[in-house]
Amino acid sequence: MTVVASQLFTGISIGAVLLLIALGLALTFGQMGVINMAHGEFIMAGAYTTFVLQSAITDAGVSLLVAIPVAFAVAGAMGVLLEFLLIRRLYARPLDTLLVTWGVSLLLQQLARDIFGAPNVQTRAPEVLTGNTRIAGDLTMANNRLFILGLVVLAVAALTVALRLTSFGRRIRAVVQNRDLAAVSGVPTARIDRLTFFIGSGLAGIAGVALTLLGPIGPTMGTNIIIDAFLVVVVGGIGHLRGSVIVAFVLGVLQSSVEYLTTLSVAKVAVFVAIVAFLQWRPQGAFTLRTRSLA
Amino acid sequence: MDGLSIRDLRVVFDGFVAVGGVDLDVSPGDVRFLIGPNGAGKTTLVDAVTGLVKASGSVRFGERELLGTEVHRIARLGVGRTFQTAAVFENLTVLQNLDIAAGTGRGAWTMIRRRRGIPENVQEALETIGLTGQLDQAAGTLAHGQKQWLEIGMLLVQDAKLLLLDEPVAGMSHDERDATGELIGKVSRDRTVVVIEHDMDFLRRFAQTVTVLHAGRVLSEGTVAQVQADPKVQEVYMGTKEA
Repeated sequence: MTVVASQLFTGISIGAVLLLIALGLALTFGQMGVINMAHGEFIMAGAYTTFVLQSAITDAGVSLLVAIPVAFAVAGAMGVLLEFLLIRRLYARPLDTLLVTWGVSLLLQQLARDIFGAPNVQTRAPEVLTGNTRIAGDLTMANNRLFILGLVVLAVAALTVALRLTSFGRRIRAVVQNRDLAAVSGVPTARIDRLTFFIGSGLAGIAGVALTLLGPIGPTMGTNIIIDAFLVVVVGGIGHLRGSVIVAFVLGVLQSSVEYLTTLSVAKVAVFVAIVAFLQWRPQGAFTLRTRSLA
Repeated sequence: MDGLSIRDLRVVFDGFVAVGGVDLDVSPGDVRFLIGPNGAGKTTLVDAVTGLVKASGSVRFGERELLGTEVHRIARLGVGRTFQTAAVFENLTVLQNLDIAAGTGRGAWTMIRRRRGIPENVQEALETIGLTGQLDQAAGTLAHGQKQWLEIGMLLVQDAKLLLLDEPVAGMSHDERDATGELIGKVSRDRTVVVIEHDMDFLRRFAQTVTVLHAGRVLSEGTVAQVQADPKVQEVYMGTKEA
């Protein structure tokens, strides 16, 4: 029982990080139909931001808290720059964008190697986050994972409020659904695009901060996790944030339980097989909206 | 009230001339019908006026040159349009659709207040288009005709002074057509309206003036009777029963 609960918890915390990354991807994909292969490198940027801040501010706790908004801003700014310099010019050319952003991804990885060196680096976790919290009886949960869970819940809540309750959020949803109609209704689509890219990329930066608590920081850390995030977006149903939330947690739990019972490689294979089977059954993803649209 | 004045408008897609030098004047308060065979360039002309496709020449609405202006700025100058496919924001409610159209001047981070009531202009538009009862329904679940009315409602709350309607009665029943025709007549009292339409019966009843486009050029222009009597128009429409 304890084992099940603790595996469930581990899975949920992995799912939480995945969710943060997938939400950013889903935002930028939904907004511009762009598959941003460099999204993983924004995670890396967030992680290295944490590392740099820790060398500047020696207190691990303070630097971690400062890292959250700073990583959001750094990754967000990188996203805006990418949108402004390249993606903006490649609208409606999905294959070209795929290649270009992949190139940017390789470039950023090399840049990280040049600045921080090829070997992985590590941050010190603040002391409060190194222990475990006893929930009930034998059941304990790692503090760092609890922190991550809290961070993600906060971020998702903030995103939900921004999308649902501000007129900016409503405009994002309008542009996602019909760009031309939004523009002729007076919505400044170019500005909305840039803001969306900022938020989506910024979320990846926050995910990078969270990942520093779980493992080492390296130039390829983004690439390793981005595939899982893509899967979440595809299975969740593109443009459906609620789908992404559910699928992220299911995927996280599935992976960590199979991994517990067998090995990491088997877990990966099992998850992939499950996803391929699922997409055969529901190619449109888990969630779709039914409308009477003729288009 | 302002009128629309188009001079030597040209739109070329990869060497294909969709609109090849159109001159068109729509006086303030007119209800102008644009007709022509498929591929005549009617929708492309509206796309060019609203900034969705690149064009050369000149398009003036009142004193303002529209070509080269950003799409959302053209909208804010009071030029509104609908789409052939009855385009509304499918996942948003009727009220939210109208809210987006109404809120063009609002800052990006304005929180949407929990409103007691609905703004007066939105309420008015809802009554005009007869969707008061569907306020909180997702626009995607409306019937086709209701979507087309919602589009017009969005133009009303957007305070558009020039309405470009792309096939507003396509797929509508007879009664719905009549209602739409009356709606167009009502809104044209203080607005300029351009309607693209294939339905000749609808045109005869509700058009004030007609322009016939053919192969990207103006073929004929005038009142319904003048255009129908024009031999050039009859030639283009030969083989189709409509003209």
